Amino acid sequence: MTDITKNGSAPLGAPGHQGIAEVVAKGLKKRYAAERRFRMYGLVAIGLALLILLVLFTTIISNGIGAFFQSKVTLDVPLEVSEIDPDQTGDLDVIGKANYRGLVFGSLRADFPGVSGRSNRRALTGLLSSGSDFELRSIVLDNPDLIGTTVQAQVSLSDDADMFLKGNMTDVEVSAGDGTLAMTEDGVLSGGVYAFGNVFIDVKAEFARKADEAENSIAQNQRQLGRIDEELAVTASRLENADDEAQKTTYADTLRNLETLKANVNASLEKLTSDATDFRTRSQSDAGEETLDQSMPSYLVVTNDGVFKILTVTRDKVTTEIVSPPSSLDSSADWQIVKLQTPETDRRLTDKQIGWLHLMQDRGQIESAINSAFFTTGDSREPELAGIWGAAVGSFWTLMVTLVLSFPIGVMAAVYLEEFAPKNKWTDLIEVNINNLAAVPSIVFGLLGLAVFLNVFGLPRSAPVVGGLVLTLMTLPTIIIASRAALKSVPPSIREAALGMGASRIQAMTHHVLPLALPGMLTGTIIGMAQALGETAPLLMIGMVAFIVDIPGGPTDPATVLPVQIFLWADAPERAFVERTSAAIMVLLGFLITMNMAAVFLRKKFETRW
Amino acid sequence: MTVFILIAAVLALAAFSYRFGRGAALSAAGGQSRSLHSRPGYYGAYTALWCAVPAFLIMAIWLIFQGSVVEALVLNGLSAEKQGLSDSEIGLIMNDIRNLASGNFTATSPDPDIAAAAEHFKSLNATGFAAMAVLALGIGIAGLIWARKKLSPELRARNSVERTITIFLIAASSIAIFTTLGIVLSLIFEAWRFFLQVPLHEFLFGLNWSPQIALRADQVGSSGAFGAVPIFAGTLLISFIAMLVAVPVGLMSAIYMAEYATPKFRSVVKPILEILAGIPTVVYGFFAALTVAPLIRGFGENIGLDVASESALAAGLVMGVMIIPFVSSLSDDVISAVPRSLREGSLGLGATKSETIRQVVLPAALPGIVGSILLAVSRAIGETMIVVMAAGLAANLTANPFQAVTTVTVQIVTLLVGDQEFDSPKTLAAFALGLVLFFITLALNVVALHVVRKYREQYD
Amino acid sequence: MSDVTMAEKDAENTPKPEKVVQADPKMMGRKVSVFYGEKQALFDVDIDIVEKQVTALIGPSGCGKSTFLRCLNRMNDVIDGCEVKGSITMDDGDIYDPTVDVVQLRARVGMVFQKPNPFPKSIYENVAYGPRIHGLASNKAEMDAVVESSLRRASIWDEVKDRLDQPGTGLSGGQQQRLCIARAIAVEPEVILMDEPCSALDPIATAKIEELIDELRTNFTIAIVTHSMQQAARVSQKTAFFHLGNLVEYGETETLFTNPSDERTQGYITGRFG
Repeated sequence: MTDITKNGSAPLGAPGHQGIAEVVAKGLKKRYAAERRFRMYGLVAIGLALLILLVLFTTIISNGIGAFFQSKVTLDVPLEVSEIDPDQTGDLDVIGKANYRGLVFGSLRADFPGVSGRSNRRALTGLLSSGSDFELRSIVLDNPDLIGTTVQAQVSLSDDADMFLKGNMTDVEVSAGDGTLAMTEDGVLSGGVYAFGNVFIDVKAEFARKADEAENSIAQNQRQLGRIDEELAVTASRLENADDEAQKTTYADTLRNLETLKANVNASLEKLTSDATDFRTRSQSDAGEETLDQSMPSYLVVTNDGVFKILTVTRDKVTTEIVSPPSSLDSSADWQIVKLQTPETDRRLTDKQIGWLHLMQDRGQIESAINSAFFTTGDSREPELAGIWGAAVGSFWTLMVTLVLSFPIGVMAAVYLEEFAPKNKWTDLIEVNINNLAAVPSIVFGLLGLAVFLNVFGLPRSAPVVGGLVLTLMTLPTIIIASRAALKSVPPSIREAALGMGASRIQAMTHHVLPLALPGMLTGTIIGMAQALGETAPLLMIGMVAFIVDIPGGPTDPATVLPVQIFLWADAPERAFVERTSAAIMVLLGFLITMNMAAVFLRKKFETRW
Repeated sequence: MTVFILIAAVLALAAFSYRFGRGAALSAAGGQSRSLHSRPGYYGAYTALWCAVPAFLIMAIWLIFQGSVVEALVLNGLSAEKQGLSDSEIGLIMNDIRNLASGNFTATSPDPDIAAAAEHFKSLNATGFAAMAVLALGIGIAGLIWARKKLSPELRARNSVERTITIFLIAASSIAIFTTLGIVLSLIFEAWRFFLQVPLHEFLFGLNWSPQIALRADQVGSSGAFGAVPIFAGTLLISFIAMLVAVPVGLMSAIYMAEYATPKFRSVVKPILEILAGIPTVVYGFFAALTVAPLIRGFGENIGLDVASESALAAGLVMGVMIIPFVSSLSDDVISAVPRSLREGSLGLGATKSETIRQVVLPAALPGIVGSILLAVSRAIGETMIVVMAAGLAANLTANPFQAVTTVTVQIVTLLVGDQEFDSPKTLAAFALGLVLFFITLALNVVALHVVRKYREQYD
Repeated sequence: MSDVTMAEKDAENTPKPEKVVQADPKMMGRKVSVFYGEKQALFDVDIDIVEKQVTALIGPSGCGKSTFLRCLNRMNDVIDGCEVKGSITMDDGDIYDPTVDVVQLRARVGMVFQKPNPFPKSIYENVAYGPRIHGLASNKAEMDAVVESSLRRASIWDEVKDRLDQPGTGLSGGQQQRLCIARAIAVEPEVILMDEPCSALDPIATAKIEELIDELRTNFTIAIVTHSMQQAARVSQKTAFFHLGNLVEYGETETLFTNPSDERTQGYITGRFG
């Protein structure tokens, strides 16, 4: 403070120069904290978006990667002449009509001679894909000389077997057995004093868990009962006070419904209570033997090329159901306990089927092969037979129609609007329309397609040509806007030079401006096509959701497209379709990324700065 | 496919006309192209246009009308009892005839009457096609001859050709208008038929939506009520949840990108974020149904909440993620358009960067940001696949995000997918919903584009 | 406060024109060089900004005068790839020292820009912006007082007092620029930098601003960039002439305009180039 007059004219209440520096310094810490916080919000937002993207891709890939592989089993199939071509005609037509299903099923049954009874045998052959006979058929048709020999045919397993082998059905815990295991013909297995001790303890723990669960449910049900009672009281008093007949009936109805509900809850409460006590006692009792049931994890014992399913367990001995008889009843030191975590009632394969699969695995018959069907076939109700080729071809035809229509029309419209159009109401209207169409929901285009293309013009349903028309209308704004930007970036000097040489406006356009703007237009078109490739909603409207097995041969055949196929599969209940949906998404994203990279490449390569 | 062969034939004829016209012009000028008014190619193009344009026009008109004419003829040929049936039954018969004629459905043994009609249908179609082919090629040749007569060295071929090209250009750019017109007319027409059966006020203000029409009188729960309020409410609820995700995340990342990010960070992260915009919505729908919905449900169960498996929350969250890049790239543009001088003015006073952004840049960019949010809302309302796959079908009127609600687009899809007779109010209701959807999104877009344009003009 | 006593001694030793109250260098630039990436925009500039005086920086376009001005409150920090070498001190402290806080510095060294850039807010909020972010007013009454006195000192109070809640962007160009000056002085800076503050204004508005600058000199140290030599002659006490990134001549305005020592200065002020 060298001079008092320095502060003389400072405003009332405001500190002078030096004072201000102090005030500012005092607030700084807080302000910089706010600054850091704000900056962090931005980073967090970006991080969040990136994280979601990562989660999305990981989910899709981890779910979908399995679909590119399919579990197959190798079977020794005797191709008896008498079965396939009894008259030895050598005619492929005759050979093609043989009962291959019988052959495949027969050779699988031959591998499990101990499996008897109709339902068991059906369960066994149910492990094979329903397309396995066609696989054998094509092996034979490819090489008819094999007839009369025994071939090692590799055929597909059913989707459920495939899911089990990929670990998508239940957790499987295999533990080596301790000591020597003795067995009897009716499936009583016994070993050292503690041979099945772990299973026994497991089962006890399971009972404890179930008791907890039942007790929780009891508490919930009691709470519900309380609420019902309250409502009953309220409704009863309302019924008393109601003065109008209609209201009375309503309340009486409600009352009746509540009574029924109460009775139901009471009944289930009773059952739960008895269950809970039962489970609790069983978990705590030190009884020597426990019985397993279907709502608990299953335990299989595998030894001597045979499989047993445990029914009752003590610490040293189990009684079992024989799933597949052992090769001998000799005592064995090489045995395993296989625990299937998911209870039998909650999965689509029975313990027996899993036991058989386990044996086939042990015998080395099963391997995971590249799933070529996925890339070569059309849709199917059986997941292991379903492929994306039909949808891919449908997408191809649809995009072809879209491209053939939208590129020329889009470029022509852009050229007119950018180069020739006079400034008037009509061109203004066109501009407004294009901008708005770019933001109209895609499903509205589908409604247009349904009402105009299908109902007025009578074009075929489900056909790529209609899909292409709808997508053309949808992508036109994108292409027009991009093409106009490309034309705008060509400097006027080039036009003026051409016009100055005596070229007509159209000549200047086609000879000079268009070639320079073309890369930009192509980029826009590729981006528009990528949009069209990923579009689903409008195609649902024009019937491209049909279940179509055949590969479409042209733009007028019924077809579906990749995204619609994804939509259809996503709706299917089988677990195997989740895998295939994810795999189809991977394929679709692959196409989209390729197209977008092509667009980026084009832009980079031809980007000119004027 | 045969149509494509005919198109190829006409194109071949046009190619011939080009060569012919070019040659004729040259020979008329005695081989001296300088004495022609235009370059010889223009005479070729002139001839080719005269040949191909009328031929294609005739083909287009013929193709549009052939279907209905043939159908009418076939129906006339049906027995009297069948002609007395209702429209929808005749439609079914027509379907059978069409299927039979194209060789599908051979399994069931068809009614002889229908089989005969199918034969009739086939032969009529074949005749029609032959007639069209002859007519189109004939007109093409006539055009060629006409053009040849007019060819002379003085003919201003270039001007004529260029005039024709200009007409094509105008036609191409007018398609946008016809598309809008087509959308508006078809929606209004079908919606009109719907409102003849269901009063407008019931549709707009009714609280009960259950579009299933009872087939039997005693059927339960098939009242056929068309009160769309629960649907509008559901759409708003899901869009609101989506915006709750998309606006803060999109806006904050746009701010970071525009104000803080180094050019290198920007060049890496921006394209990655744009991938989010390029993912097809059906993928988001799958993700919502497979991953997010069970996650939310499980989370809800853990904290003791009753969460529907098709909760509005799951669909809304995923939709929000889809819209993030939309909000962020639009806001990024808008924020970058705020003039540098404003930022410097604030920084020069000693404001920190975040103070400058919050108190100067954002208020200045507000109109633009509002515009981009409106566009995002319009996109959320019109989004279909995510909600079809992850939201419910039941029209619950609730504001609870853990319950299942349905949306306009979901209803349109459910009402129209599968085989439908086209006159039932159930099908027409989809068009009424489509009309509402179209006008709401249109209004949002018009307002948003206007706001954004005004904003840009302010700083240009 | 040793520099003050030194300056006083200086003042005793060298006779000065009367109107120079004090020859106390508020800010000093020594060997200041500025690079934009590879390109060097300023070469070893030595300059003093004297307290309570107006220092004019003149020179042809692109000579580096604005660049130098922006170094004085580190506005160049905002520009990517800009690097400042040499030292600039304010009251003996190096403003490019890592411990110096740029926000605090800019609160002490305010700036007025070439184009009037009022924020899209009300007139009141424009002026209140600085005091508010720095927390200089503890209540509404104090803020009102700060706003009023700032607007008064920027000679615009009478024109806007009835419409303080209207947007600042609605004012005329000259008014906008005075509003920006009011906004700058509301935080009571010690130095005000002005980057061609009149270049976007008409002559009448320019005259008003020049008058204002002369009044502000009693309270603030001012550095002004201008390419109008008349303006420099009218408002400044010290003038620095820049050419191609070099400081050619620096001295008393009167001396520089009447008797320049460098022929380039001579050429510029006589209008042979520029």
